[in-house]
Amino acid sequence: MAAGAHRRSQPAALPGLIPPPQNNIGDTLATFDFGDDSVVVIIGSGAGGGTLANELCQKGLKVVVLEAGGVQSPNSFINDEWKSFSQLAWLDPLTTSGTWRLAKDFAGLPAWICKTVGGTTTHWAGASLRFQEHEFRTRTVDGEIAGANLMDWPLTLKDLEPYDARAEDKMGVTRTNGIPGLPGNNNFKVMYAGATKLGYKEVHTGNMAINSRPRDGRGRCMQLGFCFQGCKSGAKWSTLYTELPRAEKTGNMDLRPQSHVVRIEHNDAGKVTGVVYMDKDGKEQRQKARIVCVAGNSIETPRLLLLSASNMFKDGLANSSGQVGRNYMRHMTGSVYAMFKQPVHMHRGTTMAGIVRDEARHDTRRGFAGGYELETLSLGVPFMAAFLNPGAWGAEFAEYMDNYTRLAGMWLVGEDMPRESNRVTLNTSVKDKYGNPVPNVHFDDHPNDVAMREHAFRQGQAIDEAAGAIKSFRTPPYPSTHNLGACRMGANARDSVCNSWGQTHDIGNLFISDGSQFTTGGAENPTLTIVTLAIRQAEYIASQMTARAI
Amino acid sequence: MEHCPAALAHIGGAPDKTRNDQETTTRVIPIAPKAQPGADACNDEDGRVPKLDLPLARREFLKGSGVLMGTIATGSVLAALAPSPAWALELKTLSTAEGKTLMAMGRVLYPHKKLPDAVYALLAKDLDAKADAALKAGIAGLDQAAGGSFVKASAAKKLQVVKAIEDTPFFNTVRGQCITSLYDNDMAYAVFGYPGSAWEKGGYITRGFQDLKWLPAPTAEASPPPFLG
Repeated sequence: MAAGAHRRSQPAALPGLIPPPQNNIGDTLATFDFGDDSVVVIIGSGAGGGTLANELCQKGLKVVVLEAGGVQSPNSFINDEWKSFSQLAWLDPLTTSGTWRLAKDFAGLPAWICKTVGGTTTHWAGASLRFQEHEFRTRTVDGEIAGANLMDWPLTLKDLEPYDARAEDKMGVTRTNGIPGLPGNNNFKVMYAGATKLGYKEVHTGNMAINSRPRDGRGRCMQLGFCFQGCKSGAKWSTLYTELPRAEKTGNMDLRPQSHVVRIEHNDAGKVTGVVYMDKDGKEQRQKARIVCVAGNSIETPRLLLLSASNMFKDGLANSSGQVGRNYMRHMTGSVYAMFKQPVHMHRGTTMAGIVRDEARHDTRRGFAGGYELETLSLGVPFMAAFLNPGAWGAEFAEYMDNYTRLAGMWLVGEDMPRESNRVTLNTSVKDKYGNPVPNVHFDDHPNDVAMREHAFRQGQAIDEAAGAIKSFRTPPYPSTHNLGACRMGANARDSVCNSWGQTHDIGNLFISDGSQFTTGGAENPTLTIVTLAIRQAEYIASQMTARAI
Repeated sequence: MEHCPAALAHIGGAPDKTRNDQETTTRVIPIAPKAQPGADACNDEDGRVPKLDLPLARREFLKGSGVLMGTIATGSVLAALAPSPAWALELKTLSTAEGKTLMAMGRVLYPHKKLPDAVYALLAKDLDAKADAALKAGIAGLDQAAGGSFVKASAAKKLQVVKAIEDTPFFNTVRGQCITSLYDNDMAYAVFGYPGSAWEKGGYITRGFQDLKWLPAPTAEASPPPFLG
């Protein structure tokens, strides 16, 4: 058993295979002085921060990227669920409250995000879907929904389309730019058979930032089945081996891994002047900045603004609206695992191998506002045991595990309602290793979320049944991967944190550069839109700097 | 995992630090020398432990407080994985009887006919590593509730006993530990048909990722053919 357990041989030579990108981050990094107040400091190196860094560097701006995690590479990724989790996941202490089931199942782990260079783009599945037109104006479309804090975005799909197109090209999204779709695996065959039998029309292998053929110096998908554990072939887009090395090549990026920002500082004029961070040796450092961009994902981003409270900004930075930390969203989610008479082997190949898009539409006749996607998903045996039905035991649970090879998996993901009371706050009774209050994530499902989940479970199970399932199981939400909102953009400073470029209303040289900006969540997996907004924000920052407006 | 266990307590505990660091012990329990008398005769399913003559191993085992032993049935999928059908596992804090009780509780919680006792012994081993008075008290409580011996109680009685303690910390400790101990090892992978890491073999692009034949194939538009150069 021991001998065969951890072989580390080279992959077999296959046509179309380009060796995984060797991550040489750090070889030609720029070094900027701590006191250099001409740099842009970006906190976080994921979809938002990593993309923004490259875009700014390409424009000739000097950028310091501070990333809390360390550097991995396709070579060092571990295709073993628990070990990879230890390697990549954000495991700093957090607390939870509210009526959502996660507060019971994973009280200390409300989110499944990453602390590593490349951020959560190491872990993401690759689904890259554009928002729909109506999703930018939910307040107009849905009107007032009790208990929800809907608001129109301060931009439209038309505003974003050119940037969506650039993001798709950059990321190599299938079914755009002449890139063929990925080949569907067995899990997709089940979804396709069932969904088309039910009459669903838009069923295919998705719009994925995973190479279906070699492109952009990266090979094509080898169908490894470990998308969540870091793509060892490099076929899946991640800022780790695309944006960041490119930014480095310009000579304009100083990337500092294991640098955990604990505070953003400002001057008497109310402009931010730099950040304080703990370096890899636990030593406090202070980096000056002309502009600070926060891209720490939707829990740590608002937390950092709150932690940076001062005499001038008693409620935290950029928080005159009181909206920092509020309207935290995590998408309506759930999964269906169905058992069949014959083998499926869902673990083989792309984790998110296909999609049904028909339910993503807006159609309140279904009993809820907004829409959702159905996407295949698979978990290995270790994570199936952990997530199929957390806390459960006994014969039924064992039966699903016994029939692992005959299971098909599907994830349900849709728009959830923003609520003022769903929020990230500082929990002053629990401290992290630097002595700072940890974030508390409070969430109560909105009745709309509950109705949508019920509908999605029913349709998901119907798809499996149509494909011949013996039985199926409704798996509750995993720790949230789509953390959104909490520093929403909006038309005015009264009820939002930043404008349509992510620039905070209160502090002109402080930007929100990740999914925290989202005014509402949309039905789509959010990464493409995060990248889109980062590209657009980079243009704005460059133009504002040129105009000496910042 | 000094930075996360609290977060993961409910998932079944973070993967054990020592098991992470020592790759060779991750999914393996010490296997006794081959061809011990009586080893082949034992049926691992019923939990009987053969009386093996282990002169070399015994001195080491005696350092610990307990030892669990068993065999892997020669016909099982695991036989090919194991260097020997016989296995033995040393406990440092728990007694042999306590170890067996935990194994029996593991089987009640996650009853897998196809999983050999060797896997449930991993549960005992992992709990042994963090055994405290509360764990020992919990084990004693099982025996007491079963009217003497939990291991010897009927299946119905065992289930009843376990169900009665569902909300206790002891129950949560054992159940949580099951998730990683029972399902994250090579024997479980083999039994459940999950091969784990695949990149060493070139992934599944030429190894059956779309070999399902019992449903109609998707259209080429929905699922284009794989690029093979």
